[in-house]
Amino acid sequence: MPEQDPKERIRNLKEVPLGYTAEMAVTEAQRCLQCKTPFCVEGCPVGIDIPGFIGAIEQADFRKGIQILKQKNLLPAVCGRVCPQEEQCQQMCTIGKARKDPCKAVMIGKLERFLADWEREQGEYAVPPMIRKTGKKVAVIGGGPAGLTVAGDLIKYGHEVTVYEALHKAGGVLVYGIPEFRLPKAIVQTEVDYLEKLGVKFRYNFIVGKTAPVKKIIEENDAVFIGTGAGLPRFMRVEGENLLGVLSANEYLTRANLMKAYSFPRTDTPLVTGRKVITVGGGNVAMDCARTALRMGAERSLIVYRRAEEQMPARLEEVHHAKEEGVEFHLLNNPVRLIGNDQGWVTGAELIRMELGAADSSGRRRPIEVEGSEYIEDTDILIVAIGNSPNPLVPGSYPDLSVTSWGGVIVNEVTGQTSVPGVFAGGDIVLGAATVILAMGHGRRAARSMNLYLSSGRWTDLEDALSLCRAEVR
Amino acid sequence: MHRILYKEKLGPDITLFKFMAPDVAAYREPGQFVLIRISDEGERIPITIADVDRNDGSITLIIQSVGKTTLELAQLSVGDSIPDIAGPLGKPTHIQKVGHVVCVGGGIGTAPLYPVARGMKDAGNRVTSILGARTADLLILEDRMAEVSDRIIITTDDGTKGKKGLVTDAISELVEQGEKFDQCIAMGPPVMMKFVCLLTKKLCIPTIVSLNPVMVDGTGMCGGCRVTVGGKTKFACVDGPEFDGHEVDFDEMMARLNTYKAHERRALEHYSGETGCRLDASIPGGAR
Repeated sequence: MPEQDPKERIRNLKEVPLGYTAEMAVTEAQRCLQCKTPFCVEGCPVGIDIPGFIGAIEQADFRKGIQILKQKNLLPAVCGRVCPQEEQCQQMCTIGKARKDPCKAVMIGKLERFLADWEREQGEYAVPPMIRKTGKKVAVIGGGPAGLTVAGDLIKYGHEVTVYEALHKAGGVLVYGIPEFRLPKAIVQTEVDYLEKLGVKFRYNFIVGKTAPVKKIIEENDAVFIGTGAGLPRFMRVEGENLLGVLSANEYLTRANLMKAYSFPRTDTPLVTGRKVITVGGGNVAMDCARTALRMGAERSLIVYRRAEEQMPARLEEVHHAKEEGVEFHLLNNPVRLIGNDQGWVTGAELIRMELGAADSSGRRRPIEVEGSEYIEDTDILIVAIGNSPNPLVPGSYPDLSVTSWGGVIVNEVTGQTSVPGVFAGGDIVLGAATVILAMGHGRRAARSMNLYLSSGRWTDLEDALSLCRAEVR
Repeated sequence: MHRILYKEKLGPDITLFKFMAPDVAAYREPGQFVLIRISDEGERIPITIADVDRNDGSITLIIQSVGKTTLELAQLSVGDSIPDIAGPLGKPTHIQKVGHVVCVGGGIGTAPLYPVARGMKDAGNRVTSILGARTADLLILEDRMAEVSDRIIITTDDGTKGKKGLVTDAISELVEQGEKFDQCIAMGPPVMMKFVCLLTKKLCIPTIVSLNPVMVDGTGMCGGCRVTVGGKTKFACVDGPEFDGHEVDFDEMMARLNTYKAHERRALEHYSGETGCRLDASIPGGAR
């Protein structure tokens, strides 16, 4: 797929991959073998009919293609851009396996993006015929990927759906976290507008647990979905972490993206900038920060990560893009303390070199400090991107809701049911910080069982009822 | 959209607004705050709620114009609207009967103090209020505070009203006269809260302060508002905004408030350039 030149793109916020032309999409679609047993579908958390939509592209019937896609995925423009396809559908692709490289598989994600973009460019959206209203009321707490999926599915089943969003815009991590150059905000807005067109109501600036008690929302609705995400930033707990110029990835990205700090002072929200920026962490969020820093004018942007490249949780494509743009990778290094000047501004980080020991519980080799290897790396800004924990706001204000020791809401994995009857949950509030598509997969599953719960009233044996329904479908 | 129902100028650069915000008014308790945004390109700023009226669904916010957003806000009139008010946020004040409460308000800090003082009075406490400001013009809500206080003392740095001196002088004086306080609540500029806490710690008076650091989302997501309390990092938006004043690291907090000082100046210059008006230098202390 053609991309913006790295030297050029670090000076703008436009999307990096430019997208397929129709000819390119058809050519790529022709690579698909249309396998009898499509393993790619198994690799997809929401079970998209991948050979189906690729077949439609091959015949240049894009309308049909987008219809197939939207049967299972309401947010294809988003997923086509941010899903880790190389670990999901493309990892299972027969072509990729034959070439021994998921990067050489059929570019399923890019084709998905092509169809979604094509539909947007047509300017008309297929609004599915509305089915009879059931009269049931559903509250969705949190307007991120999981919540939006639930809302889209349940409105189609004929229920009345209201999304309660704490911020002034819907989209969750899609609008506050993922940068413009990776996921243009106009695309997210289009998806939200589409849901509104279907009849979903949005209540913004509504912090459930604060604006109204969780109990009230539960009592006033026939079912509730909690999708409040993993919005609690982890810090390193090292000396100097509260110095000026040290900020969480959430704060850095929220200022840059949601609040449009890149246009300051034309927009009102500022963001600290510096010639040299260190981002601590090795995930997609760390890559987003390091690349945003370049676009905010940093001359040098460093990633400091305590393990090696093979252990980095970031997608290959994100690491590749970051390297192309000149982000420097300081792997097997970890901050032990941060150093500041007399005004309290951070001036540097004391790093220690690490080496890899035996595998830990996550299966990754545990990083061990190399004694006496400490050194100082100067910096103007330090961003902490070492992960997020589930947002405690809703569970914290409703003790009946069972949570794990690390704050995740406990659910039945099949149905998404929580410990409170009528209340379901999914996405990062259950998983801890995971991915957009996993959250959507959760939303999809929860929506199906919520629909069954709403029509049958069954709660204690909902899982059995659900498997019975599936058997009938087959 | 949140319409302005009422506007009153309380002093130079201090404006009281009543905004239509029934969702916020419904469950708000004293001590809580909102985040407001006054335009689509606007920043989110935290402001403690001074009062609510559940009959008409309004909330009262008192704003000191110190930066671009608060100056722009002060230009709005009754009938105008702002797009976003999110809240109520933060933990409510723990209001209980303790005996004799001294409520110390510095400048605009009297705005968030008022509902707490009223709550303390309603809970059956004896309330002594000490309101301080640099100069008489900057004193606000004197009448309302008097209504909910058994005794009220005014201090100004320049002696233009009440006693010449600082709020800490007034506290010391009362204690020397034999007054006993079971609880102190201090709200105002960070430096005032710091010195009140240094004094009340010596006097062994438990002290609650309300902090107003830089915030973005107000729901615990960004961590921009982190403060050190009792040696531990806390998020003012969800763990506060009120804390045990004797445990707060005020020096760190005051330093952190300077993070965006240069940006604020730039925003102000940009705004002045746009509107063509010449604005006076900002007043230290921050919007509340």
